[in-house]
Amino acid sequence: MATAEQQVAGIHVAEPGARALTPWQRFRADFFASQVATAALYVLVAIILIAVLAPVISPTDPYNLAIVTVLDARLPPGAKGSDGITFWLGSDGAGRDLLSAIFYGLRISLGVGVASGLVAVCIGCVVGLTAAYFGGRTDSVIMRIVDIQLSFPAILVALVLLAILGKGVDKIIVALVVAQWAYYARTVRASALVERNKEYVEAAKCLALGHRRILFRHILPNCLAPLIVVATLQTAHAISLEATLSFLGVGLPITEPSLGLLIANGFDYMLSEKYWISFFPGVALLVAIVSINLVGDQLRDILNPRLQR
Amino acid sequence: MSVFIIRRLLQSALVVLVMSLLVFVGVNVVGDPVDMLVNPEADQAEIARVTQSFGLDRPLYEQFGLFLLNAFKGDLGLSFIYGEPALKLIVQRIPATLELALVALLMAIVLGIPLGVFAGLRPNSKVSKTIMAGSILGFSLPTFWVGIMMIMVFAVMLGWLPSTGRGATVNVLGIELSFLTWDGLAHLLMPALNLALFKISLVIRLSRAGTRETALQDYIKFARAKGISNARVVFVHLLKNIMIPVVTVLGLEFGGLIAFSVVTETVFAWPGMGKLIIDSIHSLDRPVVVAYLMIIVLIFVVINLVVDILYSILDPRVRLRDVKA
Amino acid sequence: MAGTGPTLRVEGLRTHFFTNDGIVKAVDDVSFEVDRGHALGLVGESGCGKTVTGFSIIGLVDPPGRVTDGRILFNGENLLTAGEKRLRSLRGDRIAMIFQDPMMTLNPVLKIETQMVETVLAHQNVDRSTARQMARDAMGKVGIPSPDERLSAYPHQFSGGMRQRVAIAIAFINRPDLIIADEPTTALDVTIQGQILFEAQKLCREAGTALIWITHDLAVVAGLADRICVMYAGRIVEEGTLDDVLDWPIHPYTRGLLNSVPSQKKSGERLEQIPGMTPSPLNLPPGCAFKTRCPRADRACDAEPELREPVPGRRIRCFHPHTQGPS
Repeated sequence: MATAEQQVAGIHVAEPGARALTPWQRFRADFFASQVATAALYVLVAIILIAVLAPVISPTDPYNLAIVTVLDARLPPGAKGSDGITFWLGSDGAGRDLLSAIFYGLRISLGVGVASGLVAVCIGCVVGLTAAYFGGRTDSVIMRIVDIQLSFPAILVALVLLAILGKGVDKIIVALVVAQWAYYARTVRASALVERNKEYVEAAKCLALGHRRILFRHILPNCLAPLIVVATLQTAHAISLEATLSFLGVGLPITEPSLGLLIANGFDYMLSEKYWISFFPGVALLVAIVSINLVGDQLRDILNPRLQR
Repeated sequence: MSVFIIRRLLQSALVVLVMSLLVFVGVNVVGDPVDMLVNPEADQAEIARVTQSFGLDRPLYEQFGLFLLNAFKGDLGLSFIYGEPALKLIVQRIPATLELALVALLMAIVLGIPLGVFAGLRPNSKVSKTIMAGSILGFSLPTFWVGIMMIMVFAVMLGWLPSTGRGATVNVLGIELSFLTWDGLAHLLMPALNLALFKISLVIRLSRAGTRETALQDYIKFARAKGISNARVVFVHLLKNIMIPVVTVLGLEFGGLIAFSVVTETVFAWPGMGKLIIDSIHSLDRPVVVAYLMIIVLIFVVINLVVDILYSILDPRVRLRDVKA
Repeated sequence: MAGTGPTLRVEGLRTHFFTNDGIVKAVDDVSFEVDRGHALGLVGESGCGKTVTGFSIIGLVDPPGRVTDGRILFNGENLLTAGEKRLRSLRGDRIAMIFQDPMMTLNPVLKIETQMVETVLAHQNVDRSTARQMARDAMGKVGIPSPDERLSAYPHQFSGGMRQRVAIAIAFINRPDLIIADEPTTALDVTIQGQILFEAQKLCREAGTALIWITHDLAVVAGLADRICVMYAGRIVEEGTLDDVLDWPIHPYTRGLLNSVPSQKKSGERLEQIPGMTPSPLNLPPGCAFKTRCPRADRACDAEPELREPVPGRRIRCFHPHTQGPS
């Protein structure tokens, strides 16, 4: 029974006897309560599908040198090419269909962003859990390293690494991982510290369960909520970072053209009126990032333990 | 207090040392250090000189020592492209980058805080919702793309602003500053706004969150119960409370501004450190890259040190750095 | 300037909160008056609407709440139709409020001096140094030693009791006609409680200020108030002079409240308590709100009891009031 003050304060107190929802059902209900987040999720799913199915759904294969010809270069959106194909979003400086190039570009941008995110999460988890669990000197040393790494902006770290390592998909993934892991480590450590002090860990220790088991079976699952939120928002960041690096010319090589590279190609035409070459890839990138951010924002709002009912 | 400062100074020195070691290792391990430091077209005499000066034929630890010594002297090699000392090239361009970064910071404060506070005070109004939607766009939009679009729209299509480059400068105490001329300001506007966009969104969100939280506090209600004017409640009681976290974050993010200027300078052809480093990476002008690394490490360590010290002055209860949320 | 009538006269006040889950009738038809220099104790459990009543009077009910009905006559002027500008000029000047939690009432980043001086400057046309002098005097009046040092201090350097004294000083600084004190001693030690009560009473008597003391603790108002209003679920259920209500409680709820106060006379006996809990304001039972917990309730209580005045100055809202003397 809620007091009037609780009601007035907007705290919802379930009436006794109301049918209890499972955590998953409640999560879904909370998430879809926001129309914006729901829309963002649908868009995100669409983008992921496009990325995965790019070779299947693209009107042309923009990297098939047999088809692409420079006669089709720089055609405005809607124009017809020499093969009779319509360039819905125009063509770029080498005659590639921009729409297809964008589909393939999404594939690469998302792929690299997610892959680097996953690796960074794994590393961050291990480091963060270790620091939180063992505490003391281990913790101090690890966190000192993490802090120092975090005091340097991700873009610089990645830039420097790539300047040394050179171009390539694997190298850019390495650079992105190095730029991100510290953030995950700190997040995981923070939640793990909270968990470590809880009683169930004491109980597990009393049962003489091994460290690894306690860490992975008991502490980690409870750290997942904030981790998911951070991972979502960071992935958007990673995708943006990769695009920036590719734009600067230190990212992916021309053989793996991400959206950043496509935009860079259009950069040369910046001072002319051929806006579409940079514009549309940018919009695709923007839509991907915004939808991820919106989903991440909503996740953060509903998984926030302070707002738990 | 002074113990704290000394401790932080020592830590900073240690960080610089470690980073120099990392750079040194990078230079030596990744390729032939002779390639790194000597112009491929140099003659034997030049190669010999560099070998001598950097001790490239000596054991590694001696080399590191010489490297550090040279760094102190300001000798980090000659730029392959320009033929001038790499360090000098970079230092020459610091004012341009700092100018850009500082104006961007100013924009973030002047635009971000009022918008954020407004959105926090009237969270359900249409204007607030627009501001918040804008802030999401602001930090999702890739900076470089926005820059390109800005140039296309404002310089090419509308012709209102110059598209690239830095404007006319005025020499103040030996430093060339461009914001003191109208031409300079015209050139400064788009790049600074572009660089600031991300930070403005951040400040808006921070200010809004802070305002919403603070507005619910008892002391705000008490201030109203005293019959204080609304303006005073907002500008004195509320603002002072949200400024502390906002300013702290901004201070820490200033380094990020300098780092991200790399992108903005490339798009707008702004003659700062950032553009130089990108050009140098592409043209394999390695001494400049090495010199840039050293300078940037130094800048960041100094920024962090200053922020830590300032924070402990502002709030003597805080001695540790575990404040970054 | 106070006229010949009561300083404050509340008539049929209703304040409702329009929440997502329904309408909460926090204050549902409340009427009372307070005379010049008199103190009214507004007593009830958490959630009975006493705090909201206080905020309604001073005009600080925030959305989703709104005063929906009634009149609040302050020196004859209806505050509910007065407009925000007029209300702002009255707040802090003619009507002052003291809040419950001294830790959060004062702004942590502003000096004490700033927060006191601004109260004066908002309402009186004096210069800063005069205002400062007034602040110093006010601090002295509430018994704060070395006022000059204290003025340049920040709130977190004070104890809870000291902060509450500052809040009281701020409330009195412009010599208001009415002070609404919302559980100001609840968060303080018992010893400090007594001191604060004494200070407040003294200041009110000296200046002729009307006082509304909101509390859940009858013992607190026992030494302070002239009249007592007992509230339950947004309504006044009993009202009378201090002696009448404490010695001859006629509403079962009031009786229950008095019986549950531990006192010397009952040592060795079991503590009585009122069974059950306050009903959710969204789900008030039809009829008398207290019937679910009342030992005297029956079918008659399914109808809405009206507030009656069996004896002048004594009001009761019950179908089965105690008619005998003290229990």
